[in-house]
Amino acid sequence: MSAPVARTTRLDAAASVERPLIVANVSRRRFLQGVSALGGLVLAVGYRSAGGAQEAKKYGADGMPNGWVDNPLAFVSVAVDGTVTIVCHRSEMGQGVRTGMPMIVADELEADWKRVRIAQAPGDEKKFGNQDTDGSRSTRHFFEPMRRCGAAARTMLEAAAAERWKVPVSEVEAKNHEVVHRPTRRRLGFGSLAKAAAGRPVPARETLRLKDPKQFRYIGKGQLKLVDGRDIVSGKAQYGIDTRLDGMLYAVVARPPVYGGKVASFEATEALKVPGVQKVVQIEDSPPPAHFNPLGGVAVIARNTWAAMQGRQALKITWDDGPNAGYDSVAFKTTLEESAHKPGKVVRNDGDFAAAAAGAARRLEAEYYIPHLAHATMEAPAATVRITNGKCEVWGCFQSPQAARDLVAKRLGMSADDVIVHVTLLGGGFGRKSKPDYAIEAAVLSKAVDGKPVKVTWTRDDDLHNGYYHTVSVEHLEAGVDARGKPVAWLHRSVAPTIISTFNPAAKNEAPFELGMGVINVPFAIPNVRIENPEATAHTRIGWFRSVSNIPHAFAVQSFVAELAAAAGRDPKDFLLEVIGPARQVSPEMLSDTWNHGESPERYPVDTGRLRRVAEVAAREAGWGKTLPKGRALGIAAHYSFVSYIAAVVEVAVDDKGMLTIPRVDMAVDCGACVNPDRVRAQMEGACVMGVGIATLGEISFKGGRVEQDNFNSYQVTRMAEAPRDIRVHIIPGDYRKPMGGVGEPGVPPIPPALCNAIFAATGKRIRRLPIRDQLKA
Amino acid sequence: MIPLEINGKRQNIDLPGETPLLWTLRDELGLTGTKFGCGMALCGACTVHLDGQAVRSCVTPISTAANKKVVTIEAIGNAPVGKTLQAAWVDLGVPQCGYCQAGQIMSAAALLAHNAKPTDAQIDEAMSGNICRCGTYTRIRAAIKQAVAKRGGAQ
Repeated sequence: MSAPVARTTRLDAAASVERPLIVANVSRRRFLQGVSALGGLVLAVGYRSAGGAQEAKKYGADGMPNGWVDNPLAFVSVAVDGTVTIVCHRSEMGQGVRTGMPMIVADELEADWKRVRIAQAPGDEKKFGNQDTDGSRSTRHFFEPMRRCGAAARTMLEAAAAERWKVPVSEVEAKNHEVVHRPTRRRLGFGSLAKAAAGRPVPARETLRLKDPKQFRYIGKGQLKLVDGRDIVSGKAQYGIDTRLDGMLYAVVARPPVYGGKVASFEATEALKVPGVQKVVQIEDSPPPAHFNPLGGVAVIARNTWAAMQGRQALKITWDDGPNAGYDSVAFKTTLEESAHKPGKVVRNDGDFAAAAAGAARRLEAEYYIPHLAHATMEAPAATVRITNGKCEVWGCFQSPQAARDLVAKRLGMSADDVIVHVTLLGGGFGRKSKPDYAIEAAVLSKAVDGKPVKVTWTRDDDLHNGYYHTVSVEHLEAGVDARGKPVAWLHRSVAPTIISTFNPAAKNEAPFELGMGVINVPFAIPNVRIENPEATAHTRIGWFRSVSNIPHAFAVQSFVAELAAAAGRDPKDFLLEVIGPARQVSPEMLSDTWNHGESPERYPVDTGRLRRVAEVAAREAGWGKTLPKGRALGIAAHYSFVSYIAAVVEVAVDDKGMLTIPRVDMAVDCGACVNPDRVRAQMEGACVMGVGIATLGEISFKGGRVEQDNFNSYQVTRMAEAPRDIRVHIIPGDYRKPMGGVGEPGVPPIPPALCNAIFAATGKRIRRLPIRDQLKA
Repeated sequence: MIPLEINGKRQNIDLPGETPLLWTLRDELGLTGTKFGCGMALCGACTVHLDGQAVRSCVTPISTAANKKVVTIEAIGNAPVGKTLQAAWVDLGVPQCGYCQAGQIMSAAALLAHNAKPTDAQIDEAMSGNICRCGTYTRIRAAIKQAVAKRGGAQ
């Protein structure tokens, strides 16, 4: 093995690199704030030039809107019967946050979990800190504040006991829901101390005594059941679609089928004849950019959802489709490919790609296509609004309850103080429910019926036809390799409509946060790297979808590495490790990544040792190199995203008819220390299944500006029989004193390339266009 | 008026006969444990039992449910098989978002009611109509097997 080059300097390519603007910590809301504050100048808020004052830049939770709060009075209450109520301020969408976040508080509090109740916070970031449940951030941003909350509450209970006993506080200690006086072994339950403790001052942050991680009783143990488990399996759990209020009406909305379209005219006579239909209301059109605004259209309000749906079917609407009526996915793929064949905006430039490629022993290139995707949460968007006496109440499945609150207030012309947003469980989120357009719809409709409660339910075709889609992309890669097949020059052109276009239609380049998802921040030991981003125009609402741009980027990069390995006749795992190079810490700035998932480049450098290790562990656990029968093979991919390191080894079986099954997947995850290892496993299992679905089935396509898929028959997702039979998750142990990584999203990106690399190993067929669908059929 | 027997309770429903059982349960009777996912019997979120058979309530008009026994997720725990499945689901931490799990449990309960020891292929077949977007399938299968083992032990 030759010694790979550990790159410690980067050419100052100021002449050729247009420096990306910096965004401190991109939240979905940040865009909106920018828009509302500055009338469309989306990029102005939260962005500034790299040459700006670095000391003002905030990272992690500090950089999020409304930051973090660690005030125990906001999060913890103790009743006289000893019941401890802990507030969860992040939204539960399956990641286990309503178990994990309170568990952190309870552990430091020395509360007995059996006597803990969980309350869900309404949207109120001044009180609770940032609530945007996205970006795989909840645990890594709130582990420390939640520990301090618990420790502060514990300190208050200990002080109350010491005062009661008239002993020094140093002699008392909270232990399993009691405070113990060590010398005399006297005990007082939390309940009997509740009132006195509540009157104590909140201790200063710097005086708090946090547990040694060795003393954790819940954190990291994985022994607690989900707090909502029993309610879920007995049908009692409340999701956004389940809200019921006295006198509530039910609504569905006919929305413009083409982005930017509007109602030209409509006729409601037949709809109003449907039994149960009470009213038809037009919702104001909302021309692009979409922001989080409703698309407009015509709503039918009825006695029940079915009647509303029947009424909607009876509407006669003529649409004015607008400028996106020509959006056609087949033609657009060609447009993206043409862009990918020409130079584009240079977003990273190390060394001299052109010269190195010209002098290389061999040149290879490949191009990958990944279509639009829809979140297709099992619970489609749903929200209920009631307006009474100048106050508005909202119930719904929101990933960003504060945004729902602010936007409903704005639309109704009310103060946000007069709007309460109750957060239900989310029947899936995946980024869709960060965009609360459906809350605004419900608010508009409630207002139209004098404030009566109205629930808006999206049907599956609404969800698929009017989503905020994952982008569509063409990824063009070229490499120059040396005589041994090792890459010495690397070119990656990524072409995809940007999420920014949803806020600013002029935006045609990927934003720093998209480029920082696995296209520029690829820490390979290759001396000459050029990353370009040609322009692409959006013709629909582009939004965050679980793992976001990491999906196309990782698919292309990890597939291409395997293609280079094959060209060199090398073992793909050994070759991948060689391309990653030796263990080293790479500054994100050296990779031209000014974003770094919003985290400090010092605390969160890209650690190739961790990336290597997950690849090695996944390979070892999967039995890499084992002999398999004909048609069966392993494929590997490793990807860094959301400041976590994940590798997957997928085993496929392809029969002679091209039928694909996946007997087993091994995933190794290094997300730092875990609060709830069982939920980390669950997230990896789920990410694996979603990744398989993206690779094999998922595609949203447009024709005449309209989405061609209507329901789960045409937008297919993975079912039990197609899912991997056996998913084994291997967690690399972490240190609680070191920064944590994300969990909800980073499991998805390595799966499609690992799967396609396995298919290549099994069949010799290289998949470059997703979904695979029938490409393996003879 | 259409006579329905839901979870052992008889009641007359004043809705058009073509109204799906799903929306009758959810909007008129307040039994929101049965979920809406697709409206076309494609995802299984709305699965209930009609005279012991798993059906998709989103495409079952109440006229066809008249005078039959409807059991929903709210009452499946009253049957030993349902209770065992619910316990296995909790024990193995099956749910993620949980939205589809009512339908999954109803499909699994109907399977085990008719086949005490299903093979893997039979489990796949019976559960193929139930989508879980969170991807909990390996745990669903494990929970069904755990319930089978528990029930086998009780016989």
